[in-house]
Amino acid sequence: MPLNLGSIIDGVNKSQLKTDLPRMDVGDTVNVHCRIVEGDKERIQIFQGVLIARKGHGINEQVTVRRIVEDQGVERIFPINSPRIAKFEVVRRADARRAKLYFLRDRAGKSRRLRDRRRGLKHVAGLPTA
Amino acid sequence: MAVKLLGTKIGMTRVFREDGNAVPVTVIQVGPCVVTQLKTVENDGYAAVQIGYGEIKPRNSTIPMIGHDAKAGSAPKRHHREFRVDAKDLAGYQLGQELKVDALASLAFVDVTSVSKGKGFQGVMVRWGFGGQPASHGTERKHRSPGSIGSNASNRGTGTLKRGIRMSGQTGNKNCTIRSLDVVKIDAENNLLLVKGSIPGAPRSLVEISTPARLYRPKARKQRELEKAKK
Repeated sequence: MPLNLGSIIDGVNKSQLKTDLPRMDVGDTVNVHCRIVEGDKERIQIFQGVLIARKGHGINEQVTVRRIVEDQGVERIFPINSPRIAKFEVVRRADARRAKLYFLRDRAGKSRRLRDRRRGLKHVAGLPTA
Repeated sequence: MAVKLLGTKIGMTRVFREDGNAVPVTVIQVGPCVVTQLKTVENDGYAAVQIGYGEIKPRNSTIPMIGHDAKAGSAPKRHHREFRVDAKDLAGYQLGQELKVDALASLAFVDVTSVSKGKGFQGVMVRWGFGGQPASHGTERKHRSPGSIGSNASNRGTGTLKRGIRMSGQTGNKNCTIRSLDVVKIDAENNLLLVKGSIPGAPRSLVEISTPARLYRPKARKQRELEKAKK
């Protein structure tokens, strides 16, 4: 019997994939609820920013979230299936015309904002945001 | 009790531990292996268990091998290996018995042996990680050469090279054992074993999984702690 390697690996990964992820697209502003463990205490820290890239797929999928802290750009990369992330929330949907928004790194001030509520948003109309 | 099982390399993925750390794992489909022969001190001079693994069409096997496996009540197997056991432990095995991945359940570490990916005839830079020669400063036509391989003096005036000088040659496609790999998970239902890190060979290649012959020191320490915790 020929082995189907991919399906065996998928079987291993299946139980680890999160099923409660909201629809997140590049350009959206998201809240990432990180579990921070300090000693034996655990608390949730929220990282809010613009989702500028999604890469990988399945168990390896990662998102890059960019925010501005004290005029300094900060980017964090999160493996979306990691148990260290309690949940993702979409705060604001926006229309992005490309898959990776790395050009935002070169933008300052008002031009950093992304358009929202444009024709590109029909597919997510009605989905809840936080 | 030492055990050896045969399996197939499936591929790599990652597993998130409870604390959130991601562990790179290799998935190995293990067994089921069939005990095809019990070697005894009286008959063979030593005690060992022979196992068979992998389907093979009878017409691709040989009549002696088919007969050998049939003695154990098994269909012909593609691969056979044996592992030594104490003579008194031999009673724990029966001809035709199936050994599954749960035979490894008590182990925290395993040794994994398989044939590494063949890379053909390679120079010393690929094969041994030599640095090669400078790109410029008068270097001509020997940028990837090994350089000096010793003098008459370092060869003790024998006229022949010291043995073991690293040179170019066949790289890979060679039996290779990775010792003391962490067992991350055992999935008895699907006959899967997940070990931490990579193992030699391409997916679909034959893998031998055995009780560690000797653990690396930090792992041995961990093993002692685990045993203490068990008590």
